[in-house]
Amino acid sequence: MSTKQKARFIISIFFIALIYSCSGNNGKPGTSDAAEKVYVAPGEYDEFYAFMSGGFSGQITVYGLPSGRLFKIIPIFAQHPENGYGYTPETKPMLQTSYGEIPWDDAHHPELSQTDGTPDGRWIFINANNTPRVARVNLSTFETEEIIEIPNSAGNHGSPFITMNTEYVVASTRFSVPIPQKDVPISSYKENFKGTISFIKVNPENGRMNIEFQILVPGFNYDLAHAGKGPSHGWAFFTSYNSEQANTLLEINASQNDKDFIAAINWKKAEEYIKEGKGKKYNSEYYHNIYNDETHTATSNVEKEILVLDPKDCPGLIYYLPTPKSPHGVDVDPSGEYIVAGGKLATVIPVHSFSKMIKAIENKEFISEIFGIPVLKYESVIAGEVEDPGLGPLHTEFDGNGYAYTSAFISSEIVKWKLGTWEVVDRIPTYYSIGHLMIPGGDSKTPFGKYVVALNKITKDRYLPTGPELCQSAQLIDISGDKMKLLLDFPTIGEPHYAQGIPAEILMKGQKKIYELGKNNHKYGLRSEKDAKVEKNGNDVHIYMSTTRTHFKPDNIEGIKIGDKVYFHITNLEQDWDIPHGFAVKGMNTAELLIMPGQTRTAIWEPKSEGVYPFYCTDFCSALHQEMQGYVRVSAKNSSNELKYN
Amino acid sequence: MRENMMNKKERLQTIIAALILIGVFLFPIWKIDLQAPQYPEGIGLRIWVNQITGFNEFDLNNINKLNHYIGMKEIVPSSIPELKIMPYIVLFLIAFGILVSILKNKRFLTIWLSLIIILMIAGLYDFYIWGYDYGHNLNPNAPIKVPGMSYQPPLLGSKQLLNMKSISLPDIGSYFIGISFLLGSYVLFNKKK
Repeated sequence: MSTKQKARFIISIFFIALIYSCSGNNGKPGTSDAAEKVYVAPGEYDEFYAFMSGGFSGQITVYGLPSGRLFKIIPIFAQHPENGYGYTPETKPMLQTSYGEIPWDDAHHPELSQTDGTPDGRWIFINANNTPRVARVNLSTFETEEIIEIPNSAGNHGSPFITMNTEYVVASTRFSVPIPQKDVPISSYKENFKGTISFIKVNPENGRMNIEFQILVPGFNYDLAHAGKGPSHGWAFFTSYNSEQANTLLEINASQNDKDFIAAINWKKAEEYIKEGKGKKYNSEYYHNIYNDETHTATSNVEKEILVLDPKDCPGLIYYLPTPKSPHGVDVDPSGEYIVAGGKLATVIPVHSFSKMIKAIENKEFISEIFGIPVLKYESVIAGEVEDPGLGPLHTEFDGNGYAYTSAFISSEIVKWKLGTWEVVDRIPTYYSIGHLMIPGGDSKTPFGKYVVALNKITKDRYLPTGPELCQSAQLIDISGDKMKLLLDFPTIGEPHYAQGIPAEILMKGQKKIYELGKNNHKYGLRSEKDAKVEKNGNDVHIYMSTTRTHFKPDNIEGIKIGDKVYFHITNLEQDWDIPHGFAVKGMNTAELLIMPGQTRTAIWEPKSEGVYPFYCTDFCSALHQEMQGYVRVSAKNSSNELKYN
Repeated sequence: MRENMMNKKERLQTIIAALILIGVFLFPIWKIDLQAPQYPEGIGLRIWVNQITGFNEFDLNNINKLNHYIGMKEIVPSSIPELKIMPYIVLFLIAFGILVSILKNKRFLTIWLSLIIILMIAGLYDFYIWGYDYGHNLNPNAPIKVPGMSYQPPLLGSKQLLNMKSISLPDIGSYFIGISFLLGSYVLFNKKK
């Protein structure tokens, strides 16, 4: 090689490297094309609402897609000082449980209500994992309206998956526990521990929930679910692991069996058994909290009984589908025929066929029976296996065009494959450790397609660092073409564990703009400023206060004494969209209030020392907001100051 | 004398002209729309024969809330006597029109048409007086005081009042009055037999 040739060779290597380094940035957007696709111009709307779980923040967060803009945090299982949720007497009952008030939980799976297998935008449900509960949020107000506690359950993870017409939301217990609870050695797990699967009936008129029945199941871990649809309507599927029934060092001891199970439950059959009186009533205390948007107040009711079905008495109620290996996700395709399992440790994705399952049940192709539940033959129910689906395939959503998208946790990627042929057709890296993924409508009969959102666990190197704790993250990927294309990274609040998406137009038309003052039936509510007053009963001082642009009535209150308990019952008299008022008193030991137009909220204040205390509007309401303030004079316990106000 | 009498067709047209006035009960007579950046969805008032309503459900309430900044009196429809009288005036006009048709005499038709004009002018004048009173009779302690500024809405047309563009126009109810009047005039002046 001459020097010239050498130089040329080196230069060409350099250029090849340069070209490679430019084209090799697989998945990096950085192109104007991606920017254009996620750009929602000022004044324009996003195409989809995305409801993301707040994970350990106990909330739901609402984002727009494709922009990834955060619109709202809906407090559900957690106190929210921004608006006083969980602090005010109106909302505190929402956080009541049989264990007392719990101001937190771990919320994982938002689930939109459906009509005929299509998200209808009426409500969204979400689970509390730690202290088992299911909540319902009204999507015309974006407020939590109901929380029901689930007894005989621990680790309410497989919840609240929904049936095709919102007949039920289902909830399964991740941790099996003694049922009813009792003091037993943990080593007696196999003998004493059981799981339950709960069917919560939803009233189609108002969304009200009640636990219609529970099914007692063997003491495995049940952790995810999906209901059938179309031909499989009437069935629900639950993954289980730890069929070994180990109780210590589960990572080893629960990973021994080659196959665990998907439990297929025929809930229509369960309804028949209930009618026949096969259910047994168990005593168990659980809370049922309901918020009324006319009294603007929540109430807690304590339920005492629950109806339980034992599969031993109910043949045909449950079948086990053997599924390799510690399955986690279970997803049903839009046609309702395929039941896709994601095995944390599996090397393939097994796909069960509903029609083959029914045939196998008819032909009694059982390999064994566990606690009276027949186990079907794997080969008889399997429709196919997806080879090379990435490491740790977890969850699958569908685009409605015959393709499935599976998240792979260990290999941090999304794998696209074809239903029926089971061949992998595309894959894209995610950053990093993806758990769930979401296609708007992707678990329904009518996926809206267009995007898949990756819900990731780790964000190293994706954002500006913020100390040891980095932000949580979602990624938006375009699935409209043959190849998946990463469009956007955006940070989220809490853990974006799972999410649901729905076209914006479905929700927009039903939005409530104000609460009608004429329907305000709060015990201490006002209809007009003329009714503002202060009443004293013993040490309780009730202030009926109004807010309007840009004053409180009354705004000066004297005659409060140390030892008094002061209730500020504040009604926002506005009837205009987006004119909330806020309220806070210096030194008050709870959160501020945010009061929506037509709403009443109460702040409780127990002053501890003499003086004059200002209060003010915390939410910039309009011109002269800064003038919206007042004073409370606090006198000594034995002072002769009379109660007066103006 | 004879040419003052109406034929069958003219009597029918007169009855129709009178009955068209029923439209005044079905639609607002006047509208005042306010335009401001904070109200992308629109805000305004609709003046009916017997009531005042908002363009949107709670507009009247919200307009009163806005007006308190400039010290304008609250608009309370139940305290406006004209809204109680006006329905009877319109009923009277309808009855009079029918009577004209029964009496067949075009002289009565002339009176009827003149009454409509007089009442319309009186109505507009009354509306002007109210507008003047609301716009000028301001609370001296109002938070917002602009020297030399009054807030009288325009009688007809548009006017900028601080951040609000105020647009005042007849609404559908008035069109019924116009059509009724035109039809009546046609009966009166049409010479073809």
